[in-house]
Amino acid sequence: MKKGWEAVIGLEIHAQLSTESKIFCGCSTRFGDEPNSNTCPVCLGLPGSLPVLNWRAVELGARAALALGLRVNEVSIFARKNYFYPDLPKGYQISQYDRPFSSDGHLEIVTAERDEGGHAREWRPFEVRITRLHLEEDAGKNVHEGLPRTDLYSYIDLNRAGTPLAEIVTEPDFRTSWEAYDYVNHVRRALQWVGASEADMEKGNLRCEANVSVRRVGEEKFGTKVELKNLNSVRFMQRAIEFEIERQIELIESGGRVAQETRLWDEREACTRVMRSKEEAHDYRYFPEPDLQPLAVNADWIEQVRRAMPELPDARRKRFMGQYRLSFDDASLFTRDHALADFYERAAAASNPRGAANWLKGELLRELDAAGLAADASPVSPEELGALVRAIDEGRISGKQGKDVLVEMFRTGKGASQVIEEQGLAQVSDAAEIEKIVTDVLAANPQQLASYRAGKEALFGFFVGQVMKASKGKANPKVVNELLKEKLKAE
Amino acid sequence: MPITESDIKKIADLAHLEITDEELRTLAPQVASIVAYVEQLKELDTSRVEPATGGLTPEGERTAATREDRARDSLGQALALEQAPDPAHGHFRVPRVLASSEEKENF
Repeated sequence: MKKGWEAVIGLEIHAQLSTESKIFCGCSTRFGDEPNSNTCPVCLGLPGSLPVLNWRAVELGARAALALGLRVNEVSIFARKNYFYPDLPKGYQISQYDRPFSSDGHLEIVTAERDEGGHAREWRPFEVRITRLHLEEDAGKNVHEGLPRTDLYSYIDLNRAGTPLAEIVTEPDFRTSWEAYDYVNHVRRALQWVGASEADMEKGNLRCEANVSVRRVGEEKFGTKVELKNLNSVRFMQRAIEFEIERQIELIESGGRVAQETRLWDEREACTRVMRSKEEAHDYRYFPEPDLQPLAVNADWIEQVRRAMPELPDARRKRFMGQYRLSFDDASLFTRDHALADFYERAAAASNPRGAANWLKGELLRELDAAGLAADASPVSPEELGALVRAIDEGRISGKQGKDVLVEMFRTGKGASQVIEEQGLAQVSDAAEIEKIVTDVLAANPQQLASYRAGKEALFGFFVGQVMKASKGKANPKVVNELLKEKLKAE
Repeated sequence: MPITESDIKKIADLAHLEITDEELRTLAPQVASIVAYVEQLKELDTSRVEPATGGLTPEGERTAATREDRARDSLGQALALEQAPDPAHGHFRVPRVLASSEEKENF
């Protein structure tokens, strides 16, 4: 960012909660069915139909709220947000307004600025204040292409109408696009971790919008904010924010004024374009939804939900650093998803924490990432990775051989011992066998032996080399060293 | 609160209704009298009435205002579209709105 300037960024995330049925009716939330097939009088907005709240949506909303450090409110109120759009059959969206489901979140994330190549410079903790997380229903889908005469018509599919959403709104706490980027990724992982949402932006079950303004450093007043939409991936969002910050600074420095407007990110042109000006502020005429009673929960229930949740990524990262003595970077890496964290713990239990960490991080993860596999789909089980680490620790194979063994295990799905045996890799550690080789080598090189005993100790390396050669590299070097020292000394 | 003609005009705009000046003069007093009628409710003393809540009871039982997360049969495409004024290709069809689905005004 240009010197002397500061950006102020707030984010809104909509996450689809992972329910089987819609939030106010029993229609399926399945994706990809025939258009308008999963509809009923409630989600079509037919007169006389009444909404009934899906309790699972409330439970998942509570999980999401707790995972993001929000307070779940014991009473919240559904409200109608009124506006006209063809994908909104009732003419209003059931949402929450002045009494949201949860509020006052404090979330600690880790963030880092990135260099030109996109690599993190230095990770640091960062606190985000989350204003609220509330429950609401999704609208339907407008189809503008792929059907006849879309120059004249739009088509409406209401399968998605009534899908449960959690809307998550932050305070304007971000100062750089990378802070926003790291926050959205943190939220995605947390929601997936606790099973509240699939949180997949490609599938559209996580969507985000950013409010961006700039001001001169030291200025307390916020500048005019621009709302950014069409951010179809976390990376697009980061690029859009970056572009927008530069655009606004240039505009102000050249004597212009930032207009309050909504802009869309155009990935192809790598720029934001104005969508519509926001001069006439919307009047949504929010009022309490008379068809739904205030939503009451209590402290016991909130505690039950909390106890039923898996250990959160942050807590697990901290535990990994303490229990397994992992570095911050390794612990963060292994807790990036649930399956990987489980994998590491099982591999560590089957070998040792340090060895399991090195082999998982250095070797197996590279294979998994290259194959596009998650840890729970790994052809090498955590127990077999542990067996490989033990084989190296015990000196049965060298670390260098271990790398080849792992590649073979990954390719064939065979266990560590089997691959070691099949490839004839096992190191010879049997002292008797090595002793025989040592004796033969000494007998075959009487001249060098005499020189060594006369004081030319640099020849030690020569003998080691001869023994290793005779054993075809399989002799355990430690045992060779010990035996050689002993035999060379003896007269 | 007295209802004025400008209130009626604003409500009509928000509701996307076109009304003539003549209708405005008729509607303003009518709406005003309806509001005054409903306002009689304010005279009731509700200070000792517990609000009706859904979700959980104070004892932690789920109330009948909630349902299990189970999908049940929907109407299906044919029935859903049967009463629509202009169905086409399995969809509700309307005059073209904005250029792309991202450009919708709301979520």
